[in-house]
Parts: sequence; structure tokens; C-alpha cells
Amino acid sequence: MATRANKPPRSLKRSFITPEGVDLQLELGSAGSRAGAFMIDFIIMTVILVVVTIGAFYLGSTVGFDKSGNAVLQFLAVLWLIGFFILRNGWFSLFEIGSRGATPGKRLMGLRVVARDGARLTGAAVIARNAMREIEIFLPLSFLGAQAAEGTADTFLVLFALLWSGIFLFFPLFNRDRLRVGDLVAGTWVVHSARGGLSADLVGAAYQPRRTFPAAALNLYGVYELQTLEEVLRNENPDAIVTVAHTIRAKADLPDDGDDYGFLSDYYAALCAHLEAGLMVGRRRDSKFAD
Amino acid sequence: MNAPLVGSSEAPRVNATRFRQAHEADWLQLEHIVGRMEKRSIRSLSDDELLALPALYRTTLSSLSVARDTSLDRGLVTYLEQLCTRAYFQIYGVQTPAGRQITRFFAHSWPNAVRSLWRETLFCVVLTFGAALLAYLLIRSDPSWYYSIIPEGLAGGRDPASTPDALRETLYAKQKDWLGVFAAFLFTHNSQIAIFSFALGFAFAVPTVLLILYNGLMLGAFFSVFAAKGLGPNVAAWLAIHGTTEIFAICISGAAGIRIGMAIAFPGRESRMDAAVHAGRTAATAMAGTVIMLAVAGLLEGVGRQTILNDGFRLLIGVAVLIGWLAYFYAWPLRSAGRGN
Repeated sequence: MATRANKPPRSLKRSFITPEGVDLQLELGSAGSRAGAFMIDFIIMTVILVVVTIGAFYLGSTVGFDKSGNAVLQFLAVLWLIGFFILRNGWFSLFEIGSRGATPGKRLMGLRVVARDGARLTGAAVIARNAMREIEIFLPLSFLGAQAAEGTADTFLVLFALLWSGIFLFFPLFNRDRLRVGDLVAGTWVVHSARGGLSADLVGAAYQPRRTFPAAALNLYGVYELQTLEEVLRNENPDAIVTVAHTIRAKADLPDDGDDYGFLSDYYAALCAHLEAGLMVGRRRDSKFAD
Repeated sequence: MNAPLVGSSEAPRVNATRFRQAHEADWLQLEHIVGRMEKRSIRSLSDDELLALPALYRTTLSSLSVARDTSLDRGLVTYLEQLCTRAYFQIYGVQTPAGRQITRFFAHSWPNAVRSLWRETLFCVVLTFGAALLAYLLIRSDPSWYYSIIPEGLAGGRDPASTPDALRETLYAKQKDWLGVFAAFLFTHNSQIAIFSFALGFAFAVPTVLLILYNGLMLGAFFSVFAAKGLGPNVAAWLAIHGTTEIFAICISGAAGIRIGMAIAFPGRESRMDAAVHAGRTAATAMAGTVIMLAVAGLLEGVGRQTILNDGFRLLIGVAVLIGWLAYFYAWPLRSAGRGN
């Protein structure tokens, strides 16, 4: 473990032990998908705001300037003000407080918010992580706005302010858990919530091998190569299958019988059974480089 | 362990097949139940499904452990990892129903959070009034200070050069129209500032303190203009009707920001991360409450102040509301403190 402490893991997999003692190996959302999710949410919010504003103006223009028309206008203005406030401050919190733990943008990118300690996600945590967006997004934006409005008079000051607030915006890139300032304060992180179905069994119960392989051919590879082969077989990319089949045949010195996919399936089943037999006696061969 | 689990003449060649045959039905049933919980809620499950859920979850979880150790089928392990994760978050990460969360917020979380911030709140109150006093004294000695404290847009013609009558007019001008809009504007504007001062706390609380300080300076500057023309008590009543709630709310949100900043700067015995999380959740609860307070303040300012013109009534309402808040935050939790945490 000492080597790991010196060199933080590059991958976004994090161990996460359930109360039953099983490590779920959560995968954190990458900075790119997080930014993508935010952009999607931001665009949806902008579209809603524009549509509602145009709608309110249209409704407002239809009423007359008498007493009742004035009341309608006031009502619309109150609704717009409160609606804008809720849209700006509530959009993220209200969606994340739900059972999916994700805004529409996050859902599209396959992300969800969870508490770092695995406990339930409380309302306070969700509010904390989203209120922090004020300094992450709003502060840099308002400095940009100030720069545009003031001209060049205070350029240096604004530049400094922009750099300072940029620290908050780019905070996730400076820590390996991809925590926003909000995540840090709320004790949350954003994980991938992929939901794939059960893939087909590559070997199957009714499987009848048509080829047998000599022990030397099965000793060529380890678990890593086996799982790469599994990926090739599942993806069913013709080019990859031809290439891999040729490589294995050349390496194991086997004759080419013209059926690449059949050959790879048989080889996969044989190699898998061979390596699993090794597992049973406590011998796990991780890759072709291991003994 | 190697014994075939099915009675067919030909034993499956690899563990994944054997494993799938034995447990696939359980996994698929769990996937079905979890899918329903994600789409709708736990209430959409039948009693049988609800009873089966924990057992299915544990079966699948142990399938995952076994699969990792004995099976080399990565598709299978990935599937089980994803399924277990989804099930875990539906079982352990499930939300308390909204109704109960709201009840708990008003009964415990909010007053407890505000009470635990009492030191920071007191600091903000002292800071506000200290700054107000400073601004008052400065402007009394040299009125030109006023223009460097209050931006022109906010002054609205209320500056040291105004005549007493003009100033009196701003205090008692009766407005009938657009009261609701005015109240809504005040509420959203002030709440945004409260949220902002909470968030700024992350920068070691320095910007939050400056924000509170400036708020106090503006308060003192306004007061000094009116006091100089003999309208001191009148403006005090004008400010008090909503100001007690509004200034209190701004102080609490400032306190929330300071709590976060201090926890990050001086985490004490806890690790910095733990201290930040602790402070963040308490502070966020208090901050969410200030939004409610500012909605009340907005109504008092936008509607109450524009319709009630009597100084005595304005003052009375302001003081009564303040006593209400104080009782709610600092006296109420004493009774429920035993059960609260």
C-alpha cells in the first residue's frame, strides 16, 4: 500500500464499502461529464427563462391599462420574480433532493449525487452544495460583467478578481476526487450511475467446443488478455475479430480454419476454463507478463 | 464447490455460466424492483416485493463478491457492480419523505442550526451595529462621507443635501400599487445576498465579513441623513418594521458563511474535510431558514410598511416579530433539545 500512498490512483474508481462489507467500486464522474451536465442544465434553465419571459410579455400585452389589467400585470411580475428566484436557486436542489439524486443534465450524462460517507443524502447537504454555485459560477460571471461594463479602467483589478474566482470554478480539477467547492462543504460526490442490462453469456450451458487447444496455447495469456478478448467478442467488430484471431493463431502456431469468430469463442471458453481452474487452486494469472 | 449445480449431463465449462444459471432469476428480480423504485417510489412496490428486497439485495451482493473471486467474465462482474450500487442507493440512500423533512426542518433542524451559530450571529450583529455607528459618526462630522458609502442609485434622492420635507415624504409616501411586486423584488434580492454571503464564507469568511460590514455602514449612513434633520425616531420606526427581521436574517446568513470559513481555516480536532462538512450542513440549514425570514421581511417591507404609516405601529410590529424570532430560535429548542439530536 505504501506505493499507492506515494502515487495517487489515476483512475476514478473509488472503493466504497457497504455495511455488508462488500466493496462496490464506485466510479466518479469525470470533470468533462460534470461540465457537460452543467451545460445541459444551464441551457434548459435559459430556455425555460426565455420562454416564460416571452410568455409573460405576451400575456401582459393582451391586457388593457385599466384596473384589472394592472392587477394581472402585477400578478405576472410577482410570479416572474419568484419563478426566476426558484429557477436560479432551486433547480439543482429540488432535482437532487429527489430519489434519483440528479438534475436532468446529470441524468443525461449518467451521473448522480451521493453522500461521501454512504449515508442518505440530506436536504441540508444538497442545499449546501448548490448554494456554493454562487461563488463558483455567479462570482466569475459577475466579474466578467463588471469588466465589460467598466471598460479598461480597472482591467488589472478585474483580472485579479477573475483569477481569484477562477480558483473556485476550476476547483474540481485540483483534487483527485473531482470535488466542487460545494461537494467539499456538503460532504457529497458525484458518481456514475450506469445501468446496463445483464450481457449474454459468452460460453453458455449448451456450449459444445469444436476445437481443442494444446496446453501451450492456453498458457500464452492471463486474465487481462482474456477480458480484452471478451470485449472483442461482445463488441462484434469484424475488423477487430479478424486481427485478434490472426494474432492468437500466429502466436500459438495454430492452423487457420477460416472461422474467426468460432475460433475466438472456442479459444475464449478454453482459456477461461483454464484460468478459472487456476483460480480454484489459488493461482491467479493477471496478465501474460505474470508467471 | 466445483460440483455442477444443474443436473444436465454436460457440466457448464466456466463458472460464469454455472453462476448465471443459479442466480440469474434473483438478479433480474432485483433489477426489476430497483428499476421501479427509481422510476416511481418505494410505495409502488407490493408487500411481497418489499419483503423480498433485502434478501435479494444481499444475495446479489454476495453474488458480486463470489463473482469477483471466481469468475473471469467481466460483463457479469460489471453488471453485478452496477446492480448492487443502484440497489444500495435505493435501500440506504433513500430520502426521508418530503413532508417529514419539512416538519423536522421547522421543529428541530432550523432552530437548532441557528442556535448553534449563536457566537457567529452575535459577532455579525455587533459588526453591523458597530459599522452603523461608525458611519453615523463619520457622516455627522463630515457629510461628504455619505457619498462614498452609498451608491447613487440606492440613495434615491435621500442624501445630506435633501430638505427635511423631502426626506419625510420618502418615509410616509403612501403607495397603493405594485406592493406585491415590491415585496417579491425585495425578497428575491435580499435572499440572493443571503445565499451569496453564505457561499462567500468559503473564502475563509473574509468576503462575508466585508459584506456584513458594508451592510452596517449603509444602515448607519441612511440613519445619519435622517437624524441630522430631526427625523431620527421616524426613520428608526421605518427601518424597524422589517429591519429587525431582515438584519437578523442577514446576520444569520453571514454567521453561516463565517462558520464555514472558520471550520476550513481552523478545523480543530477534526480533519479539515470533516470540519467543512459539519459546518457546511449546519450552515446550509440556517441559510435556508434565512430565505424564509427574508420572505417575511419582504412582506413586512413591501406591504406592511407601505400601508402602515404610524410610527408606533411600525415599531411595535418590528419588535414583536423580533421577539418571535428570538423565542423560536433560542427558547424553543430548549424544550426539544433532549429529543432533537
